[in-house]
Amino acid sequence: MRFICMLSLMLSGYWAMAQTCDYTLNGTVIDLHDGSPLSGATVIVAGTEEAVLTDLDGTFSFETLCEETYSLQISHPECATRGFSVRMTGNTERTFRLEHHLESLDEVMVTARVYRTKVETLAENTIELETIEGQSNASLGDVLNTLSGVSTLTTGNAVVKPVINGLHSSRVTIINNGVRMEDQEWGAEHAPNIDVNTANSISVLKGASALQYSGDAIGGIVISEPKAMPIKDSLFGKTIASFSSNGRGGSLTSQLTKSSGDGWFASLQGSLKRYGDFEAPDYVLSNTGLSEQAVSFRGGLNKISYGLEGYYSFFASKLGILRASHLGGASDQVTAIESDVPQIIEPFTYEIDRPRQEVTHHTARLSGFKQLEGFGKIDAQYNFQYNQRFEFDIRRGDDANKPSVDLQLTTHRADVNMLWNEPQDMSVKAGITGMWQNNFADPNTGVRRLIPDYDEYNLGVYAIGEYEASTQWTFELGGRFDYTFMDVDKFYRTSFWEARGYDEEFPDLVVGEFGNQILTNPQLTFNNVSATAGAAYRIGNGMSLLANYAFASRAPNPSELFSEGLHHSASRIELGDLRFNSEQAQKITLTFQRTAGRLTFSVNPYANFIEDFILIEPTGIQQTLRGNFQVWEYRQTAARLLGLDLDAQVAVSNWLDYQFQFSLVKGTDTDLDRPLINMPPARLRNGLSGSFLKNNKLRLGLQSEYVFRQNEFPNNNFEVFLPEQESNVLVDISTPPDAYHLIHFNGSYAFSMGAGTTGEVGLDVTNLFNTEYRDYLNRLRYYADDQGRNVLLSLKINY
Amino acid sequence: MKLFKYACIFSIVILGFTSCSNNDDDATPQVVNEEEIITTLNVSLTAEGSFVMLTSRDLDGDGPNPPEVTVSGNLLANTTYVGILEVLNETEDPAEDITLEVLEEDEEHQFFHLVGGGLNATTSYGDFDDNGNPLGVNFALDTGDASSGTLTIVLRHEPNKPNDGTLEDAGGETDIRADFNITIE
Repeated sequence: MRFICMLSLMLSGYWAMAQTCDYTLNGTVIDLHDGSPLSGATVIVAGTEEAVLTDLDGTFSFETLCEETYSLQISHPECATRGFSVRMTGNTERTFRLEHHLESLDEVMVTARVYRTKVETLAENTIELETIEGQSNASLGDVLNTLSGVSTLTTGNAVVKPVINGLHSSRVTIINNGVRMEDQEWGAEHAPNIDVNTANSISVLKGASALQYSGDAIGGIVISEPKAMPIKDSLFGKTIASFSSNGRGGSLTSQLTKSSGDGWFASLQGSLKRYGDFEAPDYVLSNTGLSEQAVSFRGGLNKISYGLEGYYSFFASKLGILRASHLGGASDQVTAIESDVPQIIEPFTYEIDRPRQEVTHHTARLSGFKQLEGFGKIDAQYNFQYNQRFEFDIRRGDDANKPSVDLQLTTHRADVNMLWNEPQDMSVKAGITGMWQNNFADPNTGVRRLIPDYDEYNLGVYAIGEYEASTQWTFELGGRFDYTFMDVDKFYRTSFWEARGYDEEFPDLVVGEFGNQILTNPQLTFNNVSATAGAAYRIGNGMSLLANYAFASRAPNPSELFSEGLHHSASRIELGDLRFNSEQAQKITLTFQRTAGRLTFSVNPYANFIEDFILIEPTGIQQTLRGNFQVWEYRQTAARLLGLDLDAQVAVSNWLDYQFQFSLVKGTDTDLDRPLINMPPARLRNGLSGSFLKNNKLRLGLQSEYVFRQNEFPNNNFEVFLPEQESNVLVDISTPPDAYHLIHFNGSYAFSMGAGTTGEVGLDVTNLFNTEYRDYLNRLRYYADDQGRNVLLSLKINY
Repeated sequence: MKLFKYACIFSIVILGFTSCSNNDDDATPQVVNEEEIITTLNVSLTAEGSFVMLTSRDLDGDGPNPPEVTVSGNLLANTTYVGILEVLNETEDPAEDITLEVLEEDEEHQFFHLVGGGLNATTSYGDFDDNGNPLGVNFALDTGDASSGTLTIVLRHEPNKPNDGTLEDAGGETDIRADFNITIE
């Protein structure tokens, strides 16, 4: 087999005929596993027998090549020799990836290219390991916030959700280690249950185009990937410890990996975090402490031609919610909004009292793949997830220690995917996925269920084709279909059922009557079609242009369909609608990238048109015996989001870099012709980072973060009668807070401890000037300022 | 063949996972009647030759129906009324008397009786908690000359005690808030 491959490589080169023969191929050879450059690799152009060695950076170059397809054979002492095909139609730059050598492997695989990116025609923003390690104490949302176009929707400082190009929650799919997270992501105050320390890289795709993962990611997809396992005998690990002045706590994470040359590997990782009350510049944010524990294990066999892996992770968090955010009715809200400081400020404590959330998440996954000679690759996985969520509220008497929300979400999912990439210029990915999910809301809370009991079944099929028409053009086309069936047991208040007219519209759904409530059994079916098309044009001179169109549709989530009643943690009545249909979004994204000398930049405009967009908005107040409560109702409308993300880096000198980022999104409710609620304000980031001493041991950086005031917002203010003032008072829940400007500093010093052990100490200061500010997308912005200055000391050891 | 073996193990484990999962599909879920719900506030105002009952009842809790507020009659001018409050959960049968819970946890509760909108009357506390701070299940209402306006009854849970008698100073959470339109004749 090996012989045949070599032969075909050599033969194909003879096609080179005398044409324009002044093109240059600049290549870089890197390690498939960790991306490190491979120096000393031998590169042979088949047919010409011209051979070169790669330099220290893994680069090589061939000149005077003709407009033809060349076959290259690349070999390296530590790696399996491989053949690559390069079509020359101009000066070309390419990266070649080699896999570590495997003694038992007796074939050299020849594939045209290796799949690296999830979508070829949509820019992918990736956070690399170094950045993740620098923020090992932070939440996933905070880490993603460093990317342009990504902001955060927060509830205080602990609950942080990523917002991609203005969209969040069910519109953002999160893939963690190949598993689509099912952790009650529908709620704005439900943070993703991921420990960032499990990731080797985190990528964000700002669109639904990665149909292999989901068809309903109208906002985008976050993909957290673990480290690829080296196929060699090794034992390595790392430990990162950090201490924060704000919150007076710290984090500790450790990881140990063992791998062997015959492909077996095992990796164990764990993290701990513990903080007390965080502090705003002028006062303690009472009851905002948090504690988090995570542990994960991976093990399996990784041969190049096949592999099997088992994975298990456990994540537990206990998050305090600002005590002053717990309110009675709308009149308490008036008092809270009018006050400059929170209504309740207690001395600092590590105690996490009520209100708080306690969430645990288990993920188990089994997966395997097989490379198929002359075809491509096939892989399969099964995963199981169990999410238990408690929300503890301030309650009376015997119920004081009972949770108000107790939800158990169990999900089973199985996928089979195949990749056909036998032709050199074409590939097709296709797959099928099935899911069964059960939600159980424990009635022992003594509080009516916020999310009803339900079973959900989902079946999805997709196919994505990619065609590299020339060295300049790549085209991509894909489609996906998802069938969803929901079988729900929902108790409605009879008064609500009748007020909504459901009694006339859905009399058949009623199963039984229980006092002032009725039990119904809605059975809902959704058929969702998604599609994507895109093109990538490599203009040359370091310039490239990507265009991508994605049509995505998303079935409404249980919260949007079935919410009905007082949401204690938000002190508001939330009302969903049983009649909702799927959201349908069409997003067009353009990306222009250029690397020219010292300057690298990317311009990323987009437009997203969403039919039947589901949003929640204040609609008035509801009188109850407990006073007047705000009512927030879900509704469907047509929405348009227009935005722009800019990124630029300049190497000012060989030791100084400048970074620039700007994100803007404008959201419009086109039915009502007014702005959409909760759209992230424009954001501008500028940074300088310098490397000093020998081998850049010392790094210092300064960042400026300017968040503009959101000037486009809907007016949802309402009036409430206050007898003590004997008048109607305006409750201003709409006006966004002022713009703010924060300065951050970071510094690190790397050192060697001998015998393959390296260390790094870090000193970071966020909000250097202890600026008082409030953020529009913080749900607790009415009650308290955001966090003040934090000094973070960290120590990292790689061994 | 080795791969085949792994594939077998893989599929067996999948089956194992799936069959172990419990599915209580057929069971009818249990209804949740809110335990802490307060549906009804009764205010009885008694003076010599006059009895007036004020009621605010909201049987659907935070459902769409507003509380039903009834005032049985007008108050006499220049009279001292003895007021007694009763708090009930009428979703249960028989109705649960939550007043007892308030009396038991008297240090964590306080009623406020607020006169507004031109009503010519004053109120004063008729009972106190174990620390000697006002509780307000019993109160006195002294009417002045003929007038009309509102009497607002508020029950606060975990207020700052003692306080200056205003809701702002008391803080805590509102358990009940009912406004009654009153006429003094």
